Amino acid sequence: MRQDHGRTLICVTAYTVACAAGVGRMAFASALRERVSGLRPNDFSAAPLETWIGRVEGLEREDAALPAAFATWDCRNNRLAWLALQQDRLLERAAAARERYGAHRVAIIVGTSTSSIGATEEGYCLLQPDGEFPPELRRPIIHAPHSLGDFLQHVLALEGFCVTVATACSSSAKVFAHAERLLRLGLADAALVGGTDSLCGSVLFGFNSLGLLSPEPCRPFDPARRGLSLGEAAGFALLERDGDGPWLLGCGESSDAHHMSSPHPEGRGARLAIDAALTAARIPARDVDYINLHGTASQKNDEIEGRLVAELFPAQAFASSTKGWTGHALGAAGVIEAAVALNAIETGLAPGTLNSSAIDAACGPQVRLENEQREVRIAASHSFGFGGSNCVLVFGRERPR
Amino acid sequence: MSRLFEPGGDSTMAARSGRVFIEGIALWAPRLPGWDAARAILRGEAPPAAAPAARPAPAVLAPTERRRAPDSVAVALEVASAACESSGRAPSALASVFASTFGDTAVSDYLCGQLARAPLDTSPTKFHNSVHNAAAGYWAIATGCPEPYTAITAHQHTFGAGLAMACTHALVDQAAILYVAYDIETPGPLATMAPSRGVLGAAVVLAAVPSPRTLVRVDLRLEQGEARATRARPANEALVEGNAMASCVALFEALADAVPGQEVVLTLAPRLALRLEVAPGG
Repeated sequence: MRQDHGRTLICVTAYTVACAAGVGRMAFASALRERVSGLRPNDFSAAPLETWIGRVEGLEREDAALPAAFATWDCRNNRLAWLALQQDRLLERAAAARERYGAHRVAIIVGTSTSSIGATEEGYCLLQPDGEFPPELRRPIIHAPHSLGDFLQHVLALEGFCVTVATACSSSAKVFAHAERLLRLGLADAALVGGTDSLCGSVLFGFNSLGLLSPEPCRPFDPARRGLSLGEAAGFALLERDGDGPWLLGCGESSDAHHMSSPHPEGRGARLAIDAALTAARIPARDVDYINLHGTASQKNDEIEGRLVAELFPAQAFASSTKGWTGHALGAAGVIEAAVALNAIETGLAPGTLNSSAIDAACGPQVRLENEQREVRIAASHSFGFGGSNCVLVFGRERPR
Repeated sequence: MSRLFEPGGDSTMAARSGRVFIEGIALWAPRLPGWDAARAILRGEAPPAAAPAARPAPAVLAPTERRRAPDSVAVALEVASAACESSGRAPSALASVFASTFGDTAVSDYLCGQLARAPLDTSPTKFHNSVHNAAAGYWAIATGCPEPYTAITAHQHTFGAGLAMACTHALVDQAAILYVAYDIETPGPLATMAPSRGVLGAAVVLAAVPSPRTLVRVDLRLEQGEARATRARPANEALVEGNAMASCVALFEALADAVPGQEVVLTLAPRLALRLEVAPGG
């Protein structure tokens, strides 16, 4: 049904991350190299919950508040987005893109799962006798799912296309695919993509209700894994049609069409997304050097994803899950997974799988526990979400011919 | 491939290139129950539904699921199926864009209330229904569709932004796509912050090329500068007043009028708009 319209060149000219394992690319890369996990016992939820979380330090502190001019958008999720924007010269790079192309030609396409629902939860805990939110939380935009995109558009003074994508755990991977289409058609000349999700009661108690939270630090692909550790993270990338940096070679998207909160048992949708991404990238599976897996440490995801990788990729491919460092950051997972893949291309660091001591029998030799320094010319990332939404990204070191 | 949306470029070229074809149309609101009825009502040829139904009952869901489905899922699936049926295309062959300003605010209200009362008793079903892509996910499951969907929001610009994404997807992939937009009534304390009344769903099937299925040709142009959305006639606006997706009615009014050369402006951002020239037939 789909036709091949030729390759679109998309360069990742800047990117950054802020997660429990590190704020900024250098800190995150160092944590990956030194195998230092960002997980800690849950000290976030209002009611006790025995699990581990990837919490970003200090977001609730006074000095983490947004600048006064943006106080309307102040909440944990936007603070985390703001923290990330201040790393790796992202603010400068976005401003330069605005100068170069014009404010209306730089799109914002960002992903989130819960946006700033944490602020709404707070409002419900602090309802006034008249049934209204307390005055400091009477700011409609932070109670809307577009809170994230709207904040970014204001803080970056951009006037272009601006959407918030919310397809659960594939959100901030799909934004790369959506931006690629916008750039290809000329709806924008550059796009800020990425996403932010912050810890909140909804996800902690929601995943708890599904019985998916691990009481110990998550152990992706370990046969004795006991579930997820949730995390919070923000990551952003600037995409342009030309520039210096790794290249986005292809995106693959699909639907499981199976179940709202459970992956297809044979990984049907995941396989379609992998195939579509490789086809778009014009890369055979044997050329992929590193894959950052979704690897949430849930029973089903890891078994299905491990089996699929064993089937689709050659033995020498190096695949791993980095959730043991970051926790599962849901709507921000896609951009963190992409950042690990980009870091592998740039530094040759193929991180292993932290916290796990053995590999599930469903997996092939691709899934590794230990870090390795190797040449990575092509790297991929996997993002599979609730509602059966899947997205796979393929990046390359060299500009494609 | 040529860049279709370069504002300030050759407008003739842009108009010729930025063209999509509507093959299926659906609309559902309590006083506009389905496109056939809505078309006559929006044209002023028939009175609004006298005994409004609160929500539709989409046949694409099994009876039990239909009863259990949240309002957002019910209205989104109703218009999604109706648009596909009107186009004659199989739902399982279409990628889709689902757009909602606030998502399922009833589920959000439940979750936030439950977390304040007894967080450990949170319902797992309500939790997985709380994701913004719940309607899209149920649609993919109900139709067995492996094609990708996306779920977006752009606050008051959601309808235009979602439509622009759907057009972009159709033009890049040279394939037909389903576009679904909906919002529901916000209950509880959340209604003071994210107000929306009644349920409203709208959908179109868009194609990149004309065919015997074509109902309407749409020429698209991106416009920069202060964006002013086209408003529907007051009587039509009143039929969906208060719903967060109400601005979509301007386009459906133009589709109902079916007069050549009608223009509808949809905002994408405060200073960016999409101008649609709507012409019946291919």
